[in-house]
Amino acid sequence: MTTDVNTFIGGFPFRHVPHPEADSLARVLEREGIAAAWVGHLPSAYYRDPNAGNDALFTTLAPHRGVLHPVPALRPDWPHWEQTLRELLERDAIAIRAYPPQWGMGPHASPMMELASACGTLNVPLLLTVRFEDLRQRHWMDAASDLSGAAIRAIVRADDRVRVVVTCAGRALIEEVHWGLTRQEQSRLWWDISWIWGPPEEELAHLFGTIGAQRFVFGSAWPLRLVQTPRANLELLPHDLRDAQLADVATLRDVIAQH
Amino acid sequence: MGSELAAPLAGAGPLVDVHAHFLHRACGRADWEVRNQARFRAGTRIGISVHVASMLGTFGFTSPTYFPSPPDVTLGNTEMLALQEREPARVRSYVTVNPNYATHALEEMARCAERGAVGLKLAASRRADDPLLDPIAAEAGRRGWPILHHIWQHRTREWPAQEISDGADLGRLARRHPEVTFILAHIGGGGDYRHTFAAVEDIANIYLDLSGSGVDRGMLDDAIRAVSVERLLWGSDITMETGLAKLRALAAAGVTPEGIAHIRWRNAARVFPPGALPGPRGALAADTAMAVEPR
Repeated sequence: MTTDVNTFIGGFPFRHVPHPEADSLARVLEREGIAAAWVGHLPSAYYRDPNAGNDALFTTLAPHRGVLHPVPALRPDWPHWEQTLRELLERDAIAIRAYPPQWGMGPHASPMMELASACGTLNVPLLLTVRFEDLRQRHWMDAASDLSGAAIRAIVRADDRVRVVVTCAGRALIEEVHWGLTRQEQSRLWWDISWIWGPPEEELAHLFGTIGAQRFVFGSAWPLRLVQTPRANLELLPHDLRDAQLADVATLRDVIAQH
Repeated sequence: MGSELAAPLAGAGPLVDVHAHFLHRACGRADWEVRNQARFRAGTRIGISVHVASMLGTFGFTSPTYFPSPPDVTLGNTEMLALQEREPARVRSYVTVNPNYATHALEEMARCAERGAVGLKLAASRRADDPLLDPIAAEAGRRGWPILHHIWQHRTREWPAQEISDGADLGRLARRHPEVTFILAHIGGGGDYRHTFAAVEDIANIYLDLSGSGVDRGMLDDAIRAVSVERLLWGSDITMETGLAKLRALAAAGVTPEGIAHIRWRNAARVFPPGALPGPRGALAADTAMAVEPR
């Protein structure tokens, strides 16, 4: 059963995105045979205060309960964020999104370390986004840098209970982070496959061979990117990797028990 | 049954990849042959009938990829044609030239034409609207070759290691050479494709290739609105999974089988010289590409 961990609803400030609505996403998932999705609210990444976006997210996804799982955003430098985190979980947030580059937070920003620790304590995955668009097409006002390897390593190391899902990362960043962590730290980090190239360079196959498919989860970056891409990438894996199994996101919450 | 013998992931029917690259032993990469075999393997899995490909000099090993020296240009073309000779059923060659060396460029076109090249590849050695390109474009036109031109979708500044061109630049060249077919490379290859669509929508001798790692939702729909399915060509460049995803997205978006056939192969059969392309598993059947009206 496939879950797409990297989807959004809502528009994007820097270009038109067709039909970024929950109803559309639900239809797309059904058409593509994807059982469920973790869904963020795209405009919230650019809001100073994402709370209004979170409200819209919960309201909009409510009719699709069980298929579209809300992943609200939380700024850990905002007053009363700890209370907000508890409230988001009470509203059935399946994970928490954070956008350190968009919020002007450097790789060792203490609020992010505190959020990582809180997510570890409360047994909820923390979801990070490396980029929304390719650097080559980025709007001049979209000044945030890509999420750095240093930032990811620091967040994973912040608490030995935090589980982190990183989306839209490429091979170089994944390798930089993975091989810069201990095995225990590696075991709490997953990557979506939305931005990893297939043949002829076969970077996805390379990563499956070196790091292991269990460190990866299915993600598309819909509605920014075509939902068909990650499945095409998996289907084009070399024959010896064709049966490789991605991590089951349903088990992410259980991983804490292993540590 | 081996997976490579299974039904093609992109469905049945001819599929021409108009934007492919292969490597050779002098590229400075120990894995050059592995990458070439990966392209063939994935191509078989997808259902690619023919890879129309180029080798850009030594891809940076002994001169820059986008500014290849004349010896590297010659070497790359020679290796490309040798691969075509080894794989006649599924490989066709573009001739790569560096327009800064105009005499060499014309000599390469003549040399490679005799060995079976079917088109011209211009990378980013000189801006597309530069007069230096005029004799080269004219020669391509005389031979009936399309010109695949590397494009940055809306250049707003210079980028290192290439003298990039965008749709507006290529449009100026195309208007000077209305008898030549131009293939504007990889609308998913970076930059603002909507600028490209606006720049070339009314220039009938520019076709767009869909390749590139970019898989933005809305890009394909906008491309069809701008130039119609009759001026789109399928390609993969260096991310074949995005090429497969785009084919599936076309179907999901409601493009008719007829329209998809135009993008998969019919347009390609029209823009390359008559008889230039082999067909699936050997010779293209007379009732498919060869029946398409000449350009």
